[in-house]
Amino acid sequence: MSTATTHDEHHHGAPSGLMRWVKTTNHKDIGTLYLWFAFIMLLVGGAMAMVIRAELFQPGMQVVDPQFFNTMTTMHGLIMVFGAIMPAMVGFANWQIPMMIGAPDMALPRMNNWSFWILPFAGTMLVSTLFMEGGGPAFGWTFYAPLSTTFAPASTDFFIFAVHMLGFSSIMGAINIIATVLNMRAPGMTLMKMPLFVWTWFITAFLLIAVMPVLAGVVTMMLTDRNFGTSFFDAAGGGDPVLFQHVFWFFGHPEVYIMILPSFGIVSEIIPTFARKKLFGYSSMVYATASIAFLSFIVYAHHMFTTGMPVAGELYFMYATIMIAVPTAVKVFNWTATMWRGSMTFETPMLWAVGFVFLFTIGGFTGLMMGVAPTDMQYHDTYFIVAHFHYVLAAGALFAILGGVYYWIPKWTGNMYNERLGKIHFWWSAISINVLFFPQHFIGLAGMPRRIPDYSLQFADWNMISSLGGFAFGLAQIFFLFIVIKTIKGGEKASGQVWEGAEGLEWTVASPAPYHTFATAPEVK
Amino acid sequence: MFANTLRRALCSLWGALVLLGAGNAFAGYSDTINLVKGVTDISHKVYDLHMLVFWICVVVCVGVFAVLIYSIIYHRKSKGAKPATFHESTTVEIIWTTIPFLVLVVMAVPATTTLLALEDTRDADMSIQVTGYQWKWKYDYLDEDISFFSVLTTPREQIEGSEPKSENYLVEVDNPIVVPINKKIRFLITSNDVIHSWWVPALGWKQDAVPGFINDGWTELSEPGTYRGKCAELCGKDHGFMPIVLIAKTEEDYAAWVAEQKGAAEADAAAATQTWSMDDLIARGESVYNTNCAACHQANGAGIPGVFPAITGSAIATGDMAGHVDIVMNGKAGTAMQAFGAQLNDVDLAAVITFQRNALGNSAGDMVQPSDIAAAR
Repeated sequence: MSTATTHDEHHHGAPSGLMRWVKTTNHKDIGTLYLWFAFIMLLVGGAMAMVIRAELFQPGMQVVDPQFFNTMTTMHGLIMVFGAIMPAMVGFANWQIPMMIGAPDMALPRMNNWSFWILPFAGTMLVSTLFMEGGGPAFGWTFYAPLSTTFAPASTDFFIFAVHMLGFSSIMGAINIIATVLNMRAPGMTLMKMPLFVWTWFITAFLLIAVMPVLAGVVTMMLTDRNFGTSFFDAAGGGDPVLFQHVFWFFGHPEVYIMILPSFGIVSEIIPTFARKKLFGYSSMVYATASIAFLSFIVYAHHMFTTGMPVAGELYFMYATIMIAVPTAVKVFNWTATMWRGSMTFETPMLWAVGFVFLFTIGGFTGLMMGVAPTDMQYHDTYFIVAHFHYVLAAGALFAILGGVYYWIPKWTGNMYNERLGKIHFWWSAISINVLFFPQHFIGLAGMPRRIPDYSLQFADWNMISSLGGFAFGLAQIFFLFIVIKTIKGGEKASGQVWEGAEGLEWTVASPAPYHTFATAPEVK
Repeated sequence: MFANTLRRALCSLWGALVLLGAGNAFAGYSDTINLVKGVTDISHKVYDLHMLVFWICVVVCVGVFAVLIYSIIYHRKSKGAKPATFHESTTVEIIWTTIPFLVLVVMAVPATTTLLALEDTRDADMSIQVTGYQWKWKYDYLDEDISFFSVLTTPREQIEGSEPKSENYLVEVDNPIVVPINKKIRFLITSNDVIHSWWVPALGWKQDAVPGFINDGWTELSEPGTYRGKCAELCGKDHGFMPIVLIAKTEEDYAAWVAEQKGAAEADAAAATQTWSMDDLIARGESVYNTNCAACHQANGAGIPGVFPAITGSAIATGDMAGHVDIVMNGKAGTAMQAFGAQLNDVDLAAVITFQRNALGNSAGDMVQPSDIAAAR
């Protein structure tokens, strides 16, 4: 008994004060930091989306000027991708992976601290470009050269540095996850017993390590083109602007799977819990995730069908791209089969997960349509594309993140969220996001290009409806902030098990999870 | 204005729902909710392929959603459902891996034939070079020695809302591209600055305009008509304001148009040999300025600080004439300032330079004649 007391004194709880957060090496603290950072960035990026939808509310230039509009579309994309979705996923990984595999912490806790604390500085630098002379980056989140090199404002160099720093952070986070998964699993936790969330993140981490250096490479080439007289992307100096797109999309296509694979993982945790039935086809889910990750490297040029690729290249990239529909369909079928003949209840996390399956499926089908090269000649760079990637990233990845927060927040805080408010948040978001993005399919097909601040009159009605949906969806996420704060402050106390049907090591510890869990490794049968 | 548009929007939302309910698949809305069917053989092929893939997606989607919804309704704990224990079946996995694969093969066949037809630019009857500029298009008729720029004509007042918007708001230009029907026309597409994308939906394709490289595309129209499109690749501030208007004419009308263009070119050449008064130059210069310069340097000459320099009070526009002529004609490397010597004729260059020096708050008091510009070339 006395040894146990001494032991407890050494394993004291969280230190207090600001320095707790600055110096922490605790995976739960760092997970919390990541999640709050992502939430703040979601609101900043969301505010920019509101500016975009306000300007597009009706034809004509009302709210902002065209240059600032381009800055908004650019910064909205960059902030949502690098500031909101990716850090949120790393936040989940930090909180959940050690608890799910029975590890005391991440394998490399000091590096973990550093990989988070780079983020606020990179994010601040990125946002600070808005206040520089000449304005922030205004060349789209895909920053195609030469618009982003020869023709870009001076602040672009700060953008480049910010992207480098975000890349460092992601690579370190990915190394940490791989090291943790490979070395820190509890005895008996074989790879094929790992929860699917751990599997999807494990695969995602390899994608990150493979492609973030490519992104760093492309922005470095931009940097030298801009400042040191090279001509990678300048035809006048023997370079090729399309080379930029090849390098960018070699990063960019795996990047979209970096955002969606952990979402698959979250949904694959939530659905079995609330269906009270094991995940259907666990091993095929693992193989499908790995197949999607592999295919992501060899299909990237489907973003470039209109750049003047040789027809043989177009055919290859078309065939390879539509192949991705197979493993993706397998995933949707498996989720459906998991729900089939289950004993389902629809608490808030389950609503988000089922919403994800429906809306991600729609986004997946439009993705298949765009993979068909000749029709993509029409769809490319229109609002049809905008609708597609918001169905997979906002109604997909963001829905999975929101579902994941509701699913695990009782474990994080020890308090149940308010079920009624959670359901209101879901239905409010699910309806408004469809009002927001579904009409964008129509205007895209009818001929409205993306990234334009003003449009001809035939697109007016649907744009107005879309904007109304946008404002409602934005407001719903402020409501979410209220729900989260209310849950942290108090609420019905959660049991360790939390959900009747939940299985896995994280549910064997108390709620809130103690500051240190699994100091002694559990035995997994 | 606002209330009206809102009412129209709500009406159309309601209209769409009612039509859906009636099973009348968006009749009357088909031009604003579905892919443009277009007017060429290729655009029809693309449209048919789009509809084929769309219906395949709809069928699969309805199937999956039906199972999901059935399950959501009947397999609930509150309905007393007891969870089954099955959680894998290799047979099922193989079946639902193979079926999507076969469906993809079915789609890939027409997709391949359409793509090959779309990319086959051989045996064209005539060629037109299309060059993207920030923010306008230039058309060079390679067989006819005709060349002109095509710039948005929607007045600033309509964009800013002080005048009502006309029917062709943002899809109207000063000089449309004119083509004959029943000829296979090859477009050679390139750019002078950043990447643009030339897109007329009715033709069924778009093609990026990449600086330093030439892409191609083709069309063959069968009916005279006016077809409108837009730049589809983000190309800077006025990306939304560089539309395309393509007019297809019968062969006789096209021949008449060609003759007219050549006559106009001769008249321009004659004007360049005259000596112009300062007032005439300033008057002409204002319209040249508004078409070519105002997008960056702004209509009042104030520019956009940090992005586009001001003309008003600038060292160049108030200083040495030779320096002013040089930067307008040759541009400034590494910036968005284009070499207008290649874009404008001698009269327009003389006019716009004189305008910049004696208007927009400047009063240099000197002027330059078209003949001086010719000498400077």
